[in-house]
Amino acid sequence: MTTVHPGTLGNAARGFRGRILGLQPLTIGGFPAEELERRLLELGFVEGEPVEILHQGLFGRDPIAVRVRTATIALRRQEAAAILVESTDA
Amino acid sequence: MLDVPAGQRTLRVALLGNPNCGKTALFNALTGSRQRAANYPGVTVERKEGVLSTPAGHRVSLLDLPGTYSLRARSPDEVIARDVVLGRIAGLPAPDLVVCVADATNMRLCLRLLLEAKRTGRPLLLALNMIDLARHRGIEIDLDRLSAELGVPVVASAAVRRGGTGELLAAIDRMVPGLVAATGEAAWSAPDAAALRATQREADRIIAASVMVPDRRDPLTRRLDSVLLHPVAGLLVLTVLLFLMFQAVFAWAQPLMDLIDGGFQALGALVGDAIPAEGALGLLRSFLQDGVIAGVGSVLVFLPQIAILFLFILLLEDLGYMARAAFLMDRIMGGAGLHGRAFIPLLSSFACAVPGIMATRVIDSRRDRLATILVAPLMTCSARIPVYTLIIGAFIPDRAVWGWVGLQGLVMFGLYAAGILSALGMSFVFKRLVWRGTPNEPFMLELPDYKLPRVRDVGIALWLRVKAFLRRAGTIIFAMMVVIWFLSSVPRPPEGATEPAIEYSFAHAIGTAVEPVLRPIGFNWQIGVALIPGMAAREVAVASLGTVYAIEGAEEDATQLGQALAGKWSLATALAFLAWYIFAPQCAATLAVIRRETGSRGWVLFTFGYMLALAYLAAFITFHTAVALGAG
Repeated sequence: MTTVHPGTLGNAARGFRGRILGLQPLTIGGFPAEELERRLLELGFVEGEPVEILHQGLFGRDPIAVRVRTATIALRRQEAAAILVESTDA
Repeated sequence: MLDVPAGQRTLRVALLGNPNCGKTALFNALTGSRQRAANYPGVTVERKEGVLSTPAGHRVSLLDLPGTYSLRARSPDEVIARDVVLGRIAGLPAPDLVVCVADATNMRLCLRLLLEAKRTGRPLLLALNMIDLARHRGIEIDLDRLSAELGVPVVASAAVRRGGTGELLAAIDRMVPGLVAATGEAAWSAPDAAALRATQREADRIIAASVMVPDRRDPLTRRLDSVLLHPVAGLLVLTVLLFLMFQAVFAWAQPLMDLIDGGFQALGALVGDAIPAEGALGLLRSFLQDGVIAGVGSVLVFLPQIAILFLFILLLEDLGYMARAAFLMDRIMGGAGLHGRAFIPLLSSFACAVPGIMATRVIDSRRDRLATILVAPLMTCSARIPVYTLIIGAFIPDRAVWGWVGLQGLVMFGLYAAGILSALGMSFVFKRLVWRGTPNEPFMLELPDYKLPRVRDVGIALWLRVKAFLRRAGTIIFAMMVVIWFLSSVPRPPEGATEPAIEYSFAHAIGTAVEPVLRPIGFNWQIGVALIPGMAAREVAVASLGTVYAIEGAEEDATQLGQALAGKWSLATALAFLAWYIFAPQCAATLAVIRRETGSRGWVLFTFGYMLALAYLAAFITFHTAVALGAG
């Protein structure tokens, strides 16, 4: 691991391109962290995968549409906060 | 039966795959019209089954499982997909073969599902669907390598092309000799995060080894999404689409509805001519005419609206737009404590709450699903329209306000808005009071590439839904109609009676009994009587008012009834009646479908109770405000 603190996908702006560093356990609104992690994995959010934020909603820039390899996944920023990413844009 | 070799009896094959992988299109291509939909025992998940024969002459019974990303089942639909694969459903032996269907342009998540399914030990076959599209986009797939890496046979298929399923059928034929009858339950346990991560990595490794994917999004989807998912333009397009949909539901359906209505009236007249009104046969005549024909007719008249609404929904669904609508609406719905996916069911409820409540099956979490079911009946369904038009026509002057807005239309709009706002408000209240402390379900869904809907797929899906509606109209709703007819027609008036027949019936007795309760909200006993037959379906209240006020043919001529009402009701009563109908819980069909979908009588009583309380409260406030303003 690098010493640079990675950001989360939940904070990233539209147009962000990066790579998934890991999933951090987060309990959101009482929803169990372990279950959230499993659901993210089932939608293909696995370490090392390239991600890009394609679209975002009008209100609170939420939810976001994320390109993960060949799929586009919609999710809310609060769940995206569990996805640690690093930017790959030079 | 289990010891008969698989080759000598009907082969059981199940289609397993992610949502949007073209599984249903493949199912339609394989079975054509030889399919039927029923429910799995004890649950309301649709069981789609079809039969086909392979080139080698094997008979296959094909099951289209609900789309899922994992056997780890979260929604009722996904539980079924898992239980079928594992052979856990009573009376439904485990499939001899599970065909995993993957979108060849986007197979990552399906390959993970396949690796998970492999652990069950069931024989598997991978069908790479939409292979034409993948090749067109420059995706090169080494089928032999993929098959060797996965350890299961792999074939390419194209559900949308004639003959695109030939390789799949041939592969099934090749596998038949090796298929031994499945015995009992398969061993399987839910994977933890580490196992999911490992299988996804394995799937990705296999894809890297056997598939050449150019790193490019579908150009059409990219261009469309730049508008349709644009924060502002996207919402505008959605609004326009909704407007078009309503226009279609209300304007296009009208001629067909008139036709159905006229048909049932003619049928009723025919029966009326054939059977004498007097004597013992009079009761039979009334039963056939007022109970059976008028009752079934009053429900069937909504068939055109429901069919047009479903046509729109299915087209948008197959196009890939529905997931986008959920994306655009998630934040707005979320403010009221609803899930983005609740948007479609609530939208459907504008035509009728019955299909709306059935459409909640797409919502994973039980809590979000229940919240949507509970508020769906508050959306202004088309059955309220006859009631609204009658009262507005009779009591609201036809003049313009602010120069150009029609007052009548404005009141109609206000009634719709009140329905929407109360639905959002109630879900907010339920979230705060009923489900305090239960975790929020995350909103996550795949946005599939846009695809042109296929006439056959939309046609089959529409027909299945229309059939479901007709079956319900023929059973539950019919039974309710008979009960209500009985209450309104028995006992018969004595010989030489001068008052309308309904005044001698049980309904009248009940109506007058409840009158003291209704008086504070400005309702008279006639309204009390009309509310009882109105239990079957809201719009029946119009016909009942006609009966109570002894106006012949009130149904055909609402203006005549309107004039009578205008002379007998105060404006305050009329407004209170409108307010009542925003919430009115009287719809036997909706209550029956809530019973079925929630599997609990408690939620039916809860829905009925809270809607009744709201209706009473709204009518009370409206009546007294109107009286205070001098409209009494």
